[in-house]
Amino acid sequence: MTSEEIREVIIDILGDIAPDEELGDLKDEIAFRDQLELDSMDFLDIVMELRKRYRVQVPEEDYGELASMQSTVTYLEPKMQDVEKA
Amino acid sequence: MPMDFLKGVSGEYDVTVIGSGLAGMTVANALARSGHRVLLLEQHYKLGGMATWFKRKGGHIFDVSLHGFPVGMIKSCRRYWTREIADSIVQLKHVRFDNPMFSLTTRYHREDFTRLLTEKFGVSQSQVDAFFDAARGMNFYDDQQLTVGEFFDQYFPGRGDIVRLLMEPITYANGSTLEDPAITYGIVFSNFMSKGVYTFEGGTDRLIQLMQKDLIKSGVDVRLRVDVEKIHVEKGRVTGVTANGQFINTRVVVSNANIKNTILNLVGRDNFSSEFVDETEKIRLNNSSTQVYMALKPDEQIDEETGDLLFSSTAPAFQTDLLLSRDITSRTFSFYYPRTRPQGRPRSLVVSSTNARYEDWAELSDEAYEASKQDLIETTLESLDRYVPGIRKKLDHAEAATPRTFQYYTRHALGASFGTKFEGLAVSRGLSSQVNGLFHAGSVGIIMSGWLGAINYGVIVANEVDALLLSKNTAQVG
Repeated sequence: MTSEEIREVIIDILGDIAPDEELGDLKDEIAFRDQLELDSMDFLDIVMELRKRYRVQVPEEDYGELASMQSTVTYLEPKMQDVEKA
Repeated sequence: MPMDFLKGVSGEYDVTVIGSGLAGMTVANALARSGHRVLLLEQHYKLGGMATWFKRKGGHIFDVSLHGFPVGMIKSCRRYWTREIADSIVQLKHVRFDNPMFSLTTRYHREDFTRLLTEKFGVSQSQVDAFFDAARGMNFYDDQQLTVGEFFDQYFPGRGDIVRLLMEPITYANGSTLEDPAITYGIVFSNFMSKGVYTFEGGTDRLIQLMQKDLIKSGVDVRLRVDVEKIHVEKGRVTGVTANGQFINTRVVVSNANIKNTILNLVGRDNFSSEFVDETEKIRLNNSSTQVYMALKPDEQIDEETGDLLFSSTAPAFQTDLLLSRDITSRTFSFYYPRTRPQGRPRSLVVSSTNARYEDWAELSDEAYEASKQDLIETTLESLDRYVPGIRKKLDHAEAATPRTFQYYTRHALGASFGTKFEGLAVSRGLSSQVNGLFHAGSVGIIMSGWLGAINYGVIVANEVDALLLSKNTAQVG
């Protein structure tokens, strides 16, 4: 998966988690929590969805890597380079 | 021949969940939805654990622990349960305080509390903002040296009245005190302050019924009246459980039983490091409760202005030891108007709750115990009469529950009604590093307590179990 495809995957997951949020204006370099009403359970949902959909494991000590879109994509790129887009 | 409640239980399960409290049910549901074979075992004859109810003659249904939870419950129920459950969650609009220091009614959210603190209690806007922001910024992994009492002192020094306003409801919500770590307060209080207090329309019976339906739909094998006697561990990994005398193969066990009971009795201390056993033994259980359940005659009503939740006290000041004393001066009344159960017969009920110590009730003789219960009912009615004049004439049924009652039905040591103190969380989280395939989900550490805390902790543990099972499966293939 390319970084652009990973970004799309995250947007798709966020759309399910926060259906009332406007994701079109999301700034990649700013923390999700400063733009969206997300709590720690929402981040856990991102982790669970990544595992369910793509069998990608994010260990708890790495949850901090999911702070913004930019850091999330950077973190997931090596993990998802061999994953086919669904 | 005794009935076999395990009839048809077969082969091997990926996960066996012991106990069907809200955490246990949520773990079971989440893992079954992820495609794992899940067995849910409950010793009682109905699901729910402390999320329970009982019926009495006259069409009365009493809720034991439905007193109000934060708005986050809507999201958690929508995501991990069903839309029908989430859509039944409604706001409680009248939270009332009445004590020698102040009397007021509030929506119990940040906006309204800010108004009260600035206008009624004379605190500056900036000070109130600073307090709310500090509480909201707390994380469970933060420094635990600061106590709740010290935290309040930083923002409202010498203001016993404000401490009472801020602390009393949380003490009733999870049994925490001014001596507990500040983070336990900050996390729970901020959850409530985000939007106020919510309840489940239809009552606990309807909620558990809907959850049971969804568990079956998700493919969970649900068994009632099944008592787990032992969790088997071989070479550092879970192999099965013995329940009602029968061995059941399972790769993972999630215990929704008390954490100490799980480690020291169900698994056995020999399977853990001595340091871990020491930590386990040091866990303090939270206190227990007494409750008085009162039902009004069918044609009697209570004015809804009386409140949904009423924190009533005659104590001159807020003190932790006073709250636990058998000489009760503080009570929380939960009012259940006919709208609580729109599907049922219109009934008005009141449940009075007080925090209590198990040891104060454990040693009483049968005679003294009955007399104490009767006294509890009488003094509670006396107190309620101030808010519902003529309550004795309107009353159809009244009975009391004590720490002994809670112990009997939940099998919690000391009748603990809010799980454990803060240190229980680390032990609960650390189980799987001691024994492969062993997990715990339930009320621990204060922050994982209450209906929302239990459900969310269930989700957190389900995530860990799912990750472990996935890596085990992958290892087997590759």
